[in-house]
Amino acid sequence: MRNRLLALLAVLSVALPALADPTGQPAPQFTLGARSGHDVSLAQYKGNVVMLNFWASWCGPCRQEMPLLENIYQKYNKLGFVLLGVNVEPDSNAANDWLKATPVSFPILYDKESKVSRLYDVEGMPSTVIIDRTGRVRVLHRGYKPGDENEYLDSIRALVRE
Amino acid sequence: MSHRSERECTPALRAALRLAALALLLAGCSPVQPWVKPYEREHLADPLMSLSRNSISATYLDHMFETREGSHGATGAVGGGCGCN
Amino acid sequence: MRPARSAAAADAIDGVRGARVTGVASGTGRRPALSPFTRTLLALCIIAGPALSGVLPEDEADVMYHSYSGGGITVEGPSVLIRKKVGDSLSFTGQYYEDMISSASIDVRLSASPYHEIRKQESIGADYLHGKTTYSVGYIHSREPDYNADTTYYSVSQDMFGDLTTVTLGYKRAWDRIYRDICNAPHPTGSFCPDIINDPTFHQQADHRGYSFGVSQILTRNTLLDLNYEINTDQGYLANPYREIRYLSPGGLGFTLAPQVYPNTRTSNAASVLLKYYLPWRAVLSAQYRYYHDTWAVLGDTFQLGYTLPAWHRWVFDTSLRYYTQSHASFYSDLFPRADYQNYEARDRELAAFDSYTVGFGAEYQFDIPKVPWIHKSSANVRVDRMFIDYSDYRNALLADIYGAGNEPLYHLDATIFEAFISVWF
Repeated sequence: MRNRLLALLAVLSVALPALADPTGQPAPQFTLGARSGHDVSLAQYKGNVVMLNFWASWCGPCRQEMPLLENIYQKYNKLGFVLLGVNVEPDSNAANDWLKATPVSFPILYDKESKVSRLYDVEGMPSTVIIDRTGRVRVLHRGYKPGDENEYLDSIRALVRE
Repeated sequence: MSHRSERECTPALRAALRLAALALLLAGCSPVQPWVKPYEREHLADPLMSLSRNSISATYLDHMFETREGSHGATGAVGGGCGCN
Repeated sequence: MRPARSAAAADAIDGVRGARVTGVASGTGRRPALSPFTRTLLALCIIAGPALSGVLPEDEADVMYHSYSGGGITVEGPSVLIRKKVGDSLSFTGQYYEDMISSASIDVRLSASPYHEIRKQESIGADYLHGKTTYSVGYIHSREPDYNADTTYYSVSQDMFGDLTTVTLGYKRAWDRIYRDICNAPHPTGSFCPDIINDPTFHQQADHRGYSFGVSQILTRNTLLDLNYEINTDQGYLANPYREIRYLSPGGLGFTLAPQVYPNTRTSNAASVLLKYYLPWRAVLSAQYRYYHDTWAVLGDTFQLGYTLPAWHRWVFDTSLRYYTQSHASFYSDLFPRADYQNYEARDRELAAFDSYTVGFGAEYQFDIPKVPWIHKSSANVRVDRMFIDYSDYRNALLADIYGAGNEPLYHLDATIFEAFISVWF
């Protein structure tokens, strides 16, 4: 009986993640307040390749990744690529303090109520979502370890050409 | 090991082994969704909440108490988890 | 004064990274009853898990001065720790620790000479991270003139349920070699011996094995739970070559000293619960309880409360309260009624019944070292603990001539523990 239960759990474990795979689906729309002071919505970037990076100032790998994201943004921005840094902290003071020390030029949006994090089912910190020019989610990358930025570059190069 | 201490080891160990096997099975499988989302772990990621904060001091005090008391064990600490990576 | 257990084996519990030490049973030869099919599914689940990975500990270096002073004993010395990552998956730790002991304790004054001694301990450890699993191994070597101990430990730690849970299994094994110091030159009683050598007729061994299982669980966004269970078995010479028991005898002081006799096995179980709670004004409250019981009938309950409060941007203050109560070992007695009263006899106060209260206070100051940019965080710490032990059945036998054997006042001990350390993260 116990062995059968374990077998059932094992089968579910393979099936469930497959059901939850969001790639290929249209990216959920949202509007958030930004550091610039204006509201920013995903819809205004339709036709561009959009990368959403969910980050927080208290998360080590997120901080490690930011300068590399800045390089990617600078390089591909003119080719129709947009990077939106979605900060998930309810209180943005710590994030703003950190950005003063480590400035980035891409837009920073504040998801203070975690509604966009929930929309995109953020499962790890950081999380990176790459959306193609038609508005479909094409890449979902969880976590960051040194070297992951090469995977982002490969995806962006391919999607920018579409 | 003496026969008597082997018998004392086994029931608790077997229970622990079964628990661990089940836990490891569910580990890769995650049918349970995390109820504290990674983006909600700001407080848990605070260094003050770390289980191994000032570990050089904690190790020393554990050693000091063990030397003077009859008890030992079950004082270990493993990292909490900020949901990063 | 020598503890009946290896000090190095004690340190292996926390290892060199504060990791728990437990493990899969290798001593019993029994296996869980899962079919080969299920076991394959099990293996697949672990491999096919999500791509998120765990985290290795940060690179750091700590230098500490520690001191214990109380009951006629002072023990002080350095403790140095270095931890460094190599690549993305491997982290190494090295630690050096020393106890410089100067003892004229109540036990020593009763039946031996005061002594100076140095215990040195070196440990090395490695952590290997693969996905969500961390594998750790380590080795500790402790040596002093009359006690050598080697310990090895292994542990596996797994993050699961979206990193809400961490399960750790560990195993440790220790080998002790016990000698006995004797004085090779005549000297007045109560003074230090000028020439100490090992007694060539005394050479004993002890073997220790420990298994532990632990779970760290995130309960809410503000609460962390840590559960630990540990079982240890000791075998061999578990006594203290310098301590003696006493029994009632007429004349003189009213008692006679005799060698202690310990059992040569012990199995102990310990289980603890720790809760950490994040308070809204940025402070942490922690509460811990540990239950201990062994086959020598020692029962120990430990209660600990801690409060951590950051202040003024760079300071962090810690206060803690610890209460420990112990009931005595079955073969313990302060004064046996006659010679050879029972098979096993001990008068070690570590096995007596007592209550212990410890109050601690620590301050940490975080500072910058602008000239060394590769050090991204550094702090200086000072901590003081005051420990009070009230023995319920251990008497101050040095006062037998005044009060009569068995009527001396119960012993009480006050000790001050001091730590000062600097930590840098790079």
